[in-house]
Parts: sequence; C-alpha cells; structure tokens
Amino acid sequence: MIYEPVFTLLLIVVLLGLLQLACAYLILLERKMAAWVQDRLGPNRVGPKGLFQPVADGLKFLLKEQVVPGHVDKPAYFVAPAIAVVATTLGFAVVPFAPVAPGEERGLRFIIAPDLDIGILFFVAAGSLAVYAVLLAGWSSNNKYSFLGAIRSSAQLVSYEIPLGLAILGVVFAAGSFSISDMVVQQVRQGWNVLYQPIGFVVFFLSGLAECNRLPFDLPEAEQELVGGYHTEYSGLKFAFFFLGEYTHVISISFLCSLLYLGGWHLPGIGSAVLSGWGEWFLASLILWMKVTLFVLVIMLVRWTLPRFRYDQLMDMAWLGLMPLGLANIVILAVVAYGEVQPGWSGLVSVVFLASVGVGRALWFHLQPEESIRVLTQNDGVKTGVQGNGSSHAHSAV
Amino acid sequence: MPIAQYEIKWVRRGRPKLMELLYVSAIAEGFGTTIRHLFERKVTQQYPESEPNLPPHYRGVHRLNRDDQGRVKCVACYLCATACPAHCIDIVAAPSPWPDREKYPEVFVIDELRCIYCGMCEEACPVDAIELTTLYDLTGYTREEMLFDKEKLLSVFDRTVEFPGEGVRTQRGRLGPASKAAHKEDSGD
Repeated sequence: MIYEPVFTLLLIVVLLGLLQLACAYLILLERKMAAWVQDRLGPNRVGPKGLFQPVADGLKFLLKEQVVPGHVDKPAYFVAPAIAVVATTLGFAVVPFAPVAPGEERGLRFIIAPDLDIGILFFVAAGSLAVYAVLLAGWSSNNKYSFLGAIRSSAQLVSYEIPLGLAILGVVFAAGSFSISDMVVQQVRQGWNVLYQPIGFVVFFLSGLAECNRLPFDLPEAEQELVGGYHTEYSGLKFAFFFLGEYTHVISISFLCSLLYLGGWHLPGIGSAVLSGWGEWFLASLILWMKVTLFVLVIMLVRWTLPRFRYDQLMDMAWLGLMPLGLANIVILAVVAYGEVQPGWSGLVSVVFLASVGVGRALWFHLQPEESIRVLTQNDGVKTGVQGNGSSHAHSAV
Repeated sequence: MPIAQYEIKWVRRGRPKLMELLYVSAIAEGFGTTIRHLFERKVTQQYPESEPNLPPHYRGVHRLNRDDQGRVKCVACYLCATACPAHCIDIVAAPSPWPDREKYPEVFVIDELRCIYCGMCEEACPVDAIELTTLYDLTGYTREEMLFDKEKLLSVFDRTVEFPGEGVRTQRGRLGPASKAAHKEDSGD
C-alpha cells in the first residue's frame, strides 16, 4: 500500500519543520526570559515585540562566513554538528506528539514509528548518541577548551545515563511495555506516574537536564571557564546546528517528562483513554502541548536560578545520589507490586523515603565537627590574632 | 618569606544550618526571586523612542548664563580656562562696556569635542557664569561646528533656562564672591 510510506514521509517533513520552528522560537523565548529575569526587555527590534528575531537569527547564521580553522580534523569536525541534529531529532520518531486520532486505528497517527515496541529504548539510545557530537566536536577542534568540554561531556554521560535508565525502568515496570503510547494509556487507567513514583520523576528530570546539557549541568559548554566549550571553533550554520540540537533535546526531554510522568494528554476529568471525537482529540493535544511548554519554561527558569554544578559535584550527585535513588524507586515499586497492596502505597513510601534521606543527609552534615580555617592577619596579629583551634586541624600542619 | 605565626589567625567556619543543608528552601527562594523578576518593572530605557532618565547632576553641553538684564554673566577672569584639564576653553577678554565689572569676554569658545565634561570649569567659575546642562545629544557634521562660541553658548542657556533641575551643582544664579553685587551684600552684613 502506497499510503503508509507517503504519509510517514509527510509526517517526518511536517515534524521536522515544526521542530525547527519551535527551536527557533525557544531560542527567542530563552533570550526573552534571560532578559526578563535580569529586569531587561530582551530582543525587541525585529518585528513587533521582537517576534521576528528568530528569522533574523536564522538568516544571520545562514549568511555568516563559515570559518574553518586550519588546525581542525576536517572529517570529524564537519560530521559533529550533523550528528548533534540527527541524534536528537531521531528520538522524535517514537514520541507521540498528539494522541491517537479518533476513529481509524491506522489512519491519522501522530507518531512516526507507531509499531516500534521498544520506543523508549530507541529514544534513550538515539538521545545518548548526541554525546558523540560533543565528543567529536571537542576532539576534532584541536583546541584545549573544546577538548575539556568534550571530556566533561563524556564523564557526564556515564554519570547520568544510568539514573536516567533506572528512572525509565520504573515507568516500564508500571506499564509493562516499552512503547510510550502504552505508558500513557496505563497512566490514564491508573493515575499519573508522578504520584506513584515521585522518586523516578525527580531522578528522570534531573538526569534529563544533564542529558540535554542544560544548566545546572551545562559543564561541556561552561562559558566562564571553557570559552565556548566544545563548540568554540564552530561558527555560522555549524554552530546553529549545535544550538538546534540542544533545543531539540530540551523539547524531547520535556515531551518525555510529560508523557512518562504527567499522564501525557490526560488531565483528570477531561481526557480519556479512548478518544471519541475530534473536539476531545484537540483538547487532549492541547493538554499535552501545555504540559510540554510548562516543562520547557521550568527548564529555562532553572537556568537563571541555579548555579552550575562543579564537575565532581555532578559526578557525586549522579553516582551517590541519583543512582541509589533510582534503585530505591525500583525496589519500592517491586515490593508494592509483589505485596499486592494498593499501588498508591508506592507514592507514599517514596515521598517518605525521599524526605528521610534528605533530612538524614542534612543531619549528617550538620553534625560533622566544626572546622576552623586559617586566615592571615595584618602585622598587628599579635593583638587580634586568635591562635586557638577548635577542630582536628593541627597547627603543625600549617 | 615564611608567614609568621602571629600573622596567622584561626577562625571558626561556622556550622551550616540544618535548613541550608536541606537545600529545598534555598532552591525555592531562588525560584521565587527569578519568578518575581520575570514580572518586575524593566529598567531598560528605549532611548531613541523615549527620553533617557538622566540624573539631575548629569554633565552635558555647557551654557553661558545670562544675568537678569540678559547680559553674559562672565567676567572674563580665565579661571575656567585655567582649571580646564583639556584646555578646551578659549577666552579673549575686553574692557567691559558695563559699569559693574572691569572685563567681559569678547570671544568665548569651547571646543565641545575636546571637552571631557569633568565640570571643573563650572566649579572654578566665581560668578556661576558657566554651567553644564543635562543636554546629552550633542551632534554635528563638522569639527568646526562643534566649536561653540559665545552666542551659541548663550543660546544653550536660552534653551535650557526653563528646564527644572539645571544647575544643581551651582548656586542657581546667585552670584559668587567675585561679583560686585555679591561683594556689596557681603560688606553690608
């Protein structure tokens, strides 16, 4: 049947166009929010309220000189931006960006690859390919700053991919399927996953931030210390590709957060598992898109609220914080499922667990012996200097 | 040189508070701050569309003040030209046609391009004849145009005399001790 491939192709084209448009306007939104948080107005010269700024930005990226430094490793240098876009866009093949249309089972669908039963696995696999873009860009640039950014990115990858997978495992466990649509259907039946596995949600969201290199985890492109990070040597359209990749990633992580944990297109009282009419379908898609927008806004707000993690702090958090939490999430879910108690218990136990771990950790650090630190005084230190030392620090060690 | 022991001071770092270690309140406070600023009044001034909000002591284009009879107040004492660090004031003195002073400036030219707008001329002037206004949009097509002569500087006074808030640093037209009228007042006391 000719209909299927043509439709799929059409869908891909439409989705790609939509994504590019969304990314362009997300960049404008990001700049606007940056300005607003700093009490500025932001870009407002191109068009009314600066609404055509993305067009100007895009034209600038297209028409700018494509500077290729002489010291780069050309093949990898050119391939890296392409990977950045392709890898992040690939994941969208399995993301249902609107509910299944009413009526025909196989007719109008809003997912490129509906029959891919390992949907979420494919998404994670494709998404983590994006790190190759960063690695190749950093390596081929032959620039120590780019290289440092790439190194950080690879270290970040091994740290956050495991908690991310563990969090997703909880959702898979609840739905009994790897298909994202099944997960939404299961949440419509039972209730949103964020209520049943809040730990999973927290772990997923934090690892998701790390996955799309957003603050507070944007170590690979930390401007203050790495110039531009892995894309220091890129300009023009190639730089734009990295940007596009980053914002596509933000969108896809927001999609996954809403689909896996916030019930997708379900809102209590409005959406139902089986859509009966076009009006309901429209409402359901609106709900999904609103949830996604909410997540995008939160991610942008996080950027201007939280300072960047230090390199070792990120590793500590991922390995010593998020990974045990992800495991605890699965254990709680498994115990609740095995005990055949009300599934709501998992949410309660998770919240209590999370709170007690947080309070316990705080108490532990609070009860550490107080430290003394050495300060140098002026020459009148004889008068003001206090030689006493209340801690384990020995004077001889000075 | 090694650090002497008496220069070393030990201080307690202080115990972090329990609430701080929970981070939750700090993060919530941070989000509160950013969200509040999202909706706060913006400080950006849209200059070409709207006038900038300058402080009243802004130092812009000079003006030569007139006295109550419309004459130039300057007594050609050269104090401003002497004080000027950029040497941008050029005065030629002549015997005054009026009985209340000995000299008056026949020529008074300020090179506005050379001026650094430090306000020292204003500070030096004993009769408050020269003042810096809050006019900021100073433009011209040629360098010659930017040499402001006496008439031009007096016309700046005519333009800005009605502005509220001009001359905040000077005595708002009251004459200084070098002026004869002021001298009479002083001796009368």
